[in-house]
Amino acid sequence: MAQGVAPLPQQVLGTGRSLRRRVDQAFIVVTGLFALLIVAVLLTIAAQLAYQAWPAVQAFGLSFLTSATWDVIDSKFGVLAIAYGTLVSSLLALLLAVPVSIGVALALTEDFLPAVVRTPLAFLVELLAAVPSVVYGLWGVNVLVPLLFPLMEWLNLKFGWIPLFSTPPQGPGMLPAAVVLSIMILPTIAAISRDVLSVLPTEFRSASMALGGTRWETIFRVLLPAGASGILGGVMLGLGRALGETMAVTMVIGNAPQISPSLLDPAQTIASLLATQFGEASEPLHVGALMYAALVLFGLTLLVNMIAELLVRTIQLERT
Amino acid sequence: MHPVDPQGAETDGSKILVEPLSWDRTLFNQFMTVLAFVFLALALLPLLALLFEVLRLGLPNLSLESFTALPAPPPLEGDPPEPNGFGNAIQGTLIMVGLASLISIPAGVLAAIYLSEFAKGSQIAAWSRFATNILSGVPSIVMGVFAYAVIVLSTKTFSAFAGSVALSVLMLPIVVRATEGALNLVPDSLRQGAVALGATKVQTTFLVVVATALPGIVTGVLLAVARAAGETAPLVFTALYTDLWSEGLFSPTASLSVLIFNFYNDPDPNRIQLLWTAALILVGLVLFTSILSRLAIRSPSTQRR
Repeated sequence: MAQGVAPLPQQVLGTGRSLRRRVDQAFIVVTGLFALLIVAVLLTIAAQLAYQAWPAVQAFGLSFLTSATWDVIDSKFGVLAIAYGTLVSSLLALLLAVPVSIGVALALTEDFLPAVVRTPLAFLVELLAAVPSVVYGLWGVNVLVPLLFPLMEWLNLKFGWIPLFSTPPQGPGMLPAAVVLSIMILPTIAAISRDVLSVLPTEFRSASMALGGTRWETIFRVLLPAGASGILGGVMLGLGRALGETMAVTMVIGNAPQISPSLLDPAQTIASLLATQFGEASEPLHVGALMYAALVLFGLTLLVNMIAELLVRTIQLERT
Repeated sequence: MHPVDPQGAETDGSKILVEPLSWDRTLFNQFMTVLAFVFLALALLPLLALLFEVLRLGLPNLSLESFTALPAPPPLEGDPPEPNGFGNAIQGTLIMVGLASLISIPAGVLAAIYLSEFAKGSQIAAWSRFATNILSGVPSIVMGVFAYAVIVLSTKTFSAFAGSVALSVLMLPIVVRATEGALNLVPDSLRQGAVALGATKVQTTFLVVVATALPGIVTGVLLAVARAAGETAPLVFTALYTDLWSEGLFSPTASLSVLIFNFYNDPDPNRIQLLWTAALILVGLVLFTSILSRLAIRSPSTQRR
């Protein structure tokens, strides 16, 4: 009997086992390499942008950030006016999108509606995020801009003394761009806010209502303060998306690199600058300046997304 | 029903219980409810308006020709109408999204396996997860600039390959996040059961964990593919555009999204017609994928968990 049993462990656990262990270890190493690949890709993007931007960095230094002239013919490049357009269009979009997104999130989490109605509505809001940017641009050019034009004319006519509306509208401009952007970032902010609100403990609601709070008093005094950091994280993610949004903005903003207080004037963003000029840039300094601008955009979104990441992560920690 | 109301506190308790909510609080409550629903309607209006517009202008010209013909050149007077379509853009989108999927899906799934199965809580996993989240927030145009710097500048030609690389970088974080999420939902008892039966790590991972999480992974991959198919910014100056069929991976290649961008202020009505049909196909594709993935999430195999 001992003779029959002895060879068996040798075969099953002996050479075969060490081979299988080696395969297992190799597998772990390979998957680990792919996990590190993501870090490598991110670092390579940063390094490549910096490397390609180097001629422009040498030529303009930090004055690139403070000069508002973008002159392709004379090879004088400064990103200030374009960075201004990027920041103002994004912040304006936030101003429009944040109240609406939070309203949407509340309407879809607090029990206003039966789940049968709520789920499809929430899905429709999510679909807003799925529509390609270029289609938003197409719709913006053909529907939204003509729709907003009378409003813009009216604003200029009645409120022209306010610098914000001081120039006659030309159709494309800062305001239509901000409206399109706000539509595009709305689902991001609404989705995160909805997640945040739906993980708040039911006890918060019960306690507030037991103390006599109405539904909206509960929302304003308990739920929104309790979810504030998570909602802010969602807002930052929305901001990150708005800063980098390209096609739709390019099609409706008018692409004029200028700093104008008027929201009815055309403007330009870094992303739209890249989209319109990269294809035909041949001068090394022009390409370098575009790379420099891309680096600025990369740095800006990196900063915003890191803040968002930290804010959203605190929520995930609380959830577990 | 507000016990802190000083007037209510002076009277007897039974009155407090029947006293209605003060009119200002009622009004505020109702006003806010109405406002929330107005906002919801306001949010959905653009989607419906956009779908309507795309259907109205895109559907009438949709035909088999749209998929097989090349964009017609501007018509000369008296010429018979030529076949008008965006077959080259369909071909280019398929090539580039396909190649980007071939690069990013295996890489993303393997990375996610490491994050979820072998390195929970390790330093490498923390870095990798952080990089994934940051990468998913990097604007898609920056991916295009990256592919331009790495591939277009070194090969000295705009190419489908450069477009694919840009799209694969875009897809990578989406695939990783979705796959890791799906793998995390697989209960540990399944892994323990597999190991107890003598399965190796490779066997446990692929035959048990990945197999169980497959619906979730497929969902994430579908969403990444749909997202890549709709992207324009990374392709505008990497794959560029051509009115002709693609001449291979290392030549300029058309795509549906760049076709829309290049044609949108073209004076030729044929091209305007064409781009709305292209927009219809693009929106239809993306919405179909989104709905499909939503159904996959709800499928019974995922609900059992």
